[in-house]
Amino acid sequence: MSADMNLKIKVWRQKNNKASGSFETYPVVANEHMSFLEMLDVLNEGLVNQKKEPIAFEHDCREGICGTCSMVINGQPHGPSSGTTTCQLHMRHFKDGDIIVVEPYRASAFPVLKDLAVDRSAFDRIIQAGGYISVNAGQAPDGNAIPIEKGRAGQSFEAAACIGCGACVAACPNGSAMLFTSAKIAHLGHLPQGEVESNKRAQAMVAQMDKEGFGMCSNIGACEAECPKEIKLENIAFMNRSYLKAVFSGEEV
Amino acid sequence: MSLNSKIPSGALAEKWTKYKSTMPIVAPNNKRKLEVIVVGTGLAGAAAASSLGELGYSVKCFTFHDSPRRAHSIAAQGGINAAKNYANDGDSVYRLFYDTIKGGDYRAREANVHRLAECSVDIIDQCVAQGVPFAREYGGLLENRSFGGVQVSRTFYARGQTGQQLLIGAYQSLSRQIALGTVQMYNRHEMLELVKVDGKARGIIARNLLTGELERHAAHAVVLATGGYGNVFYLSTNAMMCNVTAAWKSVKKGALMANPCFTQIHPTCIPVSGEYQSKLTLMSESLRNDGRVWVPKKKEDAQAIQQGKLKGVNIKEEDRDYFLERRYPAFGNLVPRDVASRASKVECDKGHGVSPTGLAVFLDFSDAMYRYGKTEANKKGMTGLSDAQIVALGEEVVSAKYGNLFEMYEKITGENPYKEPMKIYPAVHYTMGGVWVDYNLETNVPGLFALGECNFSDHGANRLGASALMQGLADGYFVIPYTIGTFLANEISTPKIKNDLPEFIEAEKATKALIDKLLNIKGNQSVESFHRRLGKIMWEYCGMARNEAGLVKGRQMIRELRAEYYRDVFVPGSNDEYNPELEKAIRVADLLEHGELMMVDALNRNESCGGHFREESVTDDGEAMRKDDEFAYVAAWEWNETEPILHKEPLVFENVELKTRSYK
Amino acid sequence: MKWIITFFSSSIGKKLLMSLTGLFLILFLVVHLIGNLQLLKDDGGEAFNTYAYMMTHNPLIKIVAYGNYFFIILHAFVGISIALYNKGAKGQKYAVSNSNKTTWASKNMALLGTLILAFILIHMGDFWFKMKFTDELGMKSYEGFPEVRDLYTRVSTAFSQLWIVVVYLIGMMVLSFHLWHGFQSAFQTLGFNHKKYTPLIKSVGKAYAILIPLGFAIIPIWYFLFKTM
Ligand SMILES: Cc1cc2nc3c(=O)[nH]c(=O)nc-3n(C[C@H](O)[C@H](O)[C@H](O)COP(=O)(O)OP(=O)(O)OC[C@H]3O[C@@H](n4cnc5c(N)ncnc54)[C@H](O)[C@@H]3O)c2cc1C
Ligand code: HEM
Ligand code: HEM
Ligand code: SF4
Ligand code: F3S
Ligand code: FES
Repeated sequence: MSADMNLKIKVWRQKNNKASGSFETYPVVANEHMSFLEMLDVLNEGLVNQKKEPIAFEHDCREGICGTCSMVINGQPHGPSSGTTTCQLHMRHFKDGDIIVVEPYRASAFPVLKDLAVDRSAFDRIIQAGGYISVNAGQAPDGNAIPIEKGRAGQSFEAAACIGCGACVAACPNGSAMLFTSAKIAHLGHLPQGEVESNKRAQAMVAQMDKEGFGMCSNIGACEAECPKEIKLENIAFMNRSYLKAVFSGEEV
Repeated sequence: MSLNSKIPSGALAEKWTKYKSTMPIVAPNNKRKLEVIVVGTGLAGAAAASSLGELGYSVKCFTFHDSPRRAHSIAAQGGINAAKNYANDGDSVYRLFYDTIKGGDYRAREANVHRLAECSVDIIDQCVAQGVPFAREYGGLLENRSFGGVQVSRTFYARGQTGQQLLIGAYQSLSRQIALGTVQMYNRHEMLELVKVDGKARGIIARNLLTGELERHAAHAVVLATGGYGNVFYLSTNAMMCNVTAAWKSVKKGALMANPCFTQIHPTCIPVSGEYQSKLTLMSESLRNDGRVWVPKKKEDAQAIQQGKLKGVNIKEEDRDYFLERRYPAFGNLVPRDVASRASKVECDKGHGVSPTGLAVFLDFSDAMYRYGKTEANKKGMTGLSDAQIVALGEEVVSAKYGNLFEMYEKITGENPYKEPMKIYPAVHYTMGGVWVDYNLETNVPGLFALGECNFSDHGANRLGASALMQGLADGYFVIPYTIGTFLANEISTPKIKNDLPEFIEAEKATKALIDKLLNIKGNQSVESFHRRLGKIMWEYCGMARNEAGLVKGRQMIRELRAEYYRDVFVPGSNDEYNPELEKAIRVADLLEHGELMMVDALNRNESCGGHFREESVTDDGEAMRKDDEFAYVAAWEWNETEPILHKEPLVFENVELKTRSYK
Repeated sequence: MKWIITFFSSSIGKKLLMSLTGLFLILFLVVHLIGNLQLLKDDGGEAFNTYAYMMTHNPLIKIVAYGNYFFIILHAFVGISIALYNKGAKGQKYAVSNSNKTTWASKNMALLGTLILAFILIHMGDFWFKMKFTDELGMKSYEGFPEVRDLYTRVSTAFSQLWIVVVYLIGMMVLSFHLWHGFQSAFQTLGFNHKKYTPLIKSVGKAYAILIPLGFAIIPIWYFLFKTM
């Protein structure tokens, strides 16, 4: 077995949405095989054993796919490894004696609920605005009725890989949700099935995104750099194109 | 109580079609007045809520997640089956039906499984129309691959993220209904109680997880799509928040829990690395298409590996035991999950395991890389390559097929699986058991339906790969929209159910009392520690191999653990805030009861079938022995603290012949 | 016509304004630089002064010039309002910042822009304002032209003062940073991003961001070093 690592975790504690928060520092003994969340589990178990309130953080699948885990580690959403969610980040990327600063996502549209947990329901509302194809169960033609060029299907898939974790917003100095929104617009827009509604979709989703209070993109690229699913900035360009096309050629919505 | 499965009459292949066209339906103007609660937003729940919304019912949908998109279905990797026969390899609805029945070791209902196979075809169409980016061929048509335990290529997939893509599709449909106002979505709401009025399911008590407030929600019918209970083992491939609470509370209100001991243990998971471990990660079954499973022949070698003195790559070919190929020459590394898992356990128990804990076997791709490398070299007309160059070519092919899985493996273990064989070990993955339902997916409580992994229906004693996604979506998109009508057609004159009926008040009070009780124990042990101990008991006594003495002992241990829980658990914080520890405490309380029932069921079923292996019931050469004359029934349990009551639903097979599964 | 308002109040609409005005200014700078390079001709200012005359009297160019003022103001106004909005949208900042994956310029466009604005104001006050609205400049006559204002002398006097030269050099540095990010960003905003041509846009952008400010910077340096004594 590998040697223990003695770490200090400096973590944001905030009772609830109304309270103001502050940092607290806790010692924890970890080892390199643990995931970052397992390290927090150990820390929490210790807190509970001392009858203290554990650190609230969100997580579920712990496989990097559900998009629930959300925190900023030493200034980076999901921590130092690229293309990795917090739950898949392992402690071997840290070393004995490190002080690790853990903060919640920061963006006005993602208010802090408690400690490291934030409210990302704005994302749901963006999808509700138009991130779908209007087809009822039972209406569909045969799956092979419309062939789709492999490359196009691939582009669509790559955008569809977004897990809705919100790290893009957390990373963006402008608190912009353009990467997330564009990933959905591109996922559906690249497919013939999705093209039908693309004008309406682009306008409605962008309007909702703006309404939620996300910032505007200055093409900084921090979102792409921190996205655990490596969603590309090309999607934002695709969204801009779709939106401009929709505004100048589509119906008013 | 006699269990009426309500299987329609007629020939197997015509049952569903005929039934669909004759069953009672609700007129559109009445649908609006009827309210339906759907609990869960996984494939089954999201599909159900959106299609019921599309039909015009007033739907209220609940999930404890912060968004419907986070449901555990998101994690499914491998694919979804459908009898499309696009591969032209002789697949058909009947063959899918047959494979599923056989794969389930003849412990599922014929009629349900056949309907599932019929619906499978529509699912793919529906998903494509929703924008699910399935893998495609160069010609632009859908691509298929083969998946464990079957001989045709019928699995549709989207890289290693099929579940994610299907769930996003369902989530999008659901989002559309939410926007249209037909579905009212309650995120971060956990169902903690079922409310029955006059014997019918009429609502739920849900806790708002942000404020702790208990809410009474009434409706004409309640649909559960709350997933499986694999987390009773603590360590499993399930997401951390998967639990049995919704199903269990319903069982406590009179629903029956069927075949709870049928759990699937998946052979290819990343082994446990330490005590702190919180969950196990699945490596998709598709890896066994190309990987060879082995352990060192010599115990000394295994020990040296365990101590870190030797590496797998350094063991000579003749000192390797490819035990699946040795024991099952016909299917080799592609034997069904239960068989592969047990074989690995046997080797590790004999001391041939290869991780520090001794609980792991190798999954080796070096042969595949060499083989693919050669084909690739031929294709490109390259000659005179060194072995290393060939392997490098092969690596590219393997990476194109499994790249994301290899990456995931490396992230977790820190080892490079292209250079060293993977280490894998079986882990709990899926629960075939669940709430008992009839052909309409209605439980024995009128108005209460159960879909997806939450019910027991289609997989018998073992589920084939890529068929859970199929079942969840079939249930949600294509079954419940029809079958719920059989209940609701009689409710059109029932006025809106009021949530201030005494039954609701009562149920809310009881829930509040339970929460207060847990908070006030103020003991010394964390919820997590109890959960971990429960998991160990389950794994030890109700895991891959079970026997009478162990099950009796295990049951007793769980009862003691449960008593200790109510004496000594410590739940920090209060009810009226966001309190994940309290949420967990409520879930673990239910798992502590459900675990006991699993032991009871396993003890009762003195046969080996599918994922349930009783050491007492084996053939002479140690293979599982089913006892069709004694146990060809569904064991549906009515819960009570002292002695759960067994109700049997006999399984009648009119269309398939019961055979011993043989993979030799 | 509601859609126009909706469009320009949307995030992408505002971004489109930024991008188009920015690209216009990029074009302006090229033209301006070419014109200004006449200052380097050793002809006592004839080429430059006649060029300046033409620039201020050709009606077409006049229209473009007014457009230019307007675009500068629009670009600055929208840019600053976006930046303020974004600051609010971000809310609280991180205690630890980690920025090794992004460029400094991209995150400081508003600061850089404000400095450019300040530069433009100083610059226009010095040359353009004095030429247009004061009689400080002497007159000169060249063949084929009526009397023209001697902007050339004004420029060379200005660039004989060290502090002005320094201000210009700083201004050009700032401009360079602004364009380092801005050039390629404008194309991304318009929706041009493809692996086939984006690398080209990025390279051209970087070259532009270096060469154009450098071209401008040569003028004050040259004057200061070679014309002052
Ligand atoms: C790692 C992994 C890989 C898999 N790969 C495959 C595969 O390749 N192919 C395949 O066919 N199957 C696969 N499976 C199985 C399959 O993913 C699941 O069986 C299936 O997705 C279950 O779907 P579901 O809709 O029934 O439940 P889930 O997706 O588990 O959804 C349950 C829902 O219920 C909600 N819920 C539960 N309880 C409550 C409550 N009390 N109150 C409110 N809401 C509640 C949850 O929030 C969630 O929304 C895999 C499973 C795992 C673990
Ligand atoms: C250092 C090199 C520069 C010199 C010598 C220079 C010189 C001049 C002169 C002489 C004028 C007035 C006459 C005219 O319209 O041509 C002018 C105008 C102007 N300059 Fe410059 N300039 C320089 C750099 C810049 C830069 C970098 C910018 C922008 C960021 C700029 C923006 C302007 C503007 C907006 C006007 C007003 C233009 C008009 O009236 O159309 N200049 N410049
Ligand atoms: C001649 C001078 C200038 C040029 C050539 C120029 C050019 C550009 C370009 C090309 C962009 C990128 C647009 C995009 O991302 O789509 C940009 C962005 C920006 N500019 Fe300028 N600009 C100039 C002056 C100014 C001034 C004077 C200000 C403000 C006072 C300013 C503020 C900004 C800001 C804030 C942005 C970022 C906008 C965003 O992306 O959100 N610029 N500029
Ligand atoms: S775009 Fe990337 S960072 Fe943003 S939500 Fe999707 S996966 Fe997360
Ligand atoms: S970091 Fe922000 S500014 Fe745009 S490119 Fe990404 S959203
Ligand atoms: S917990 Fe699911 S992505 Fe991290």
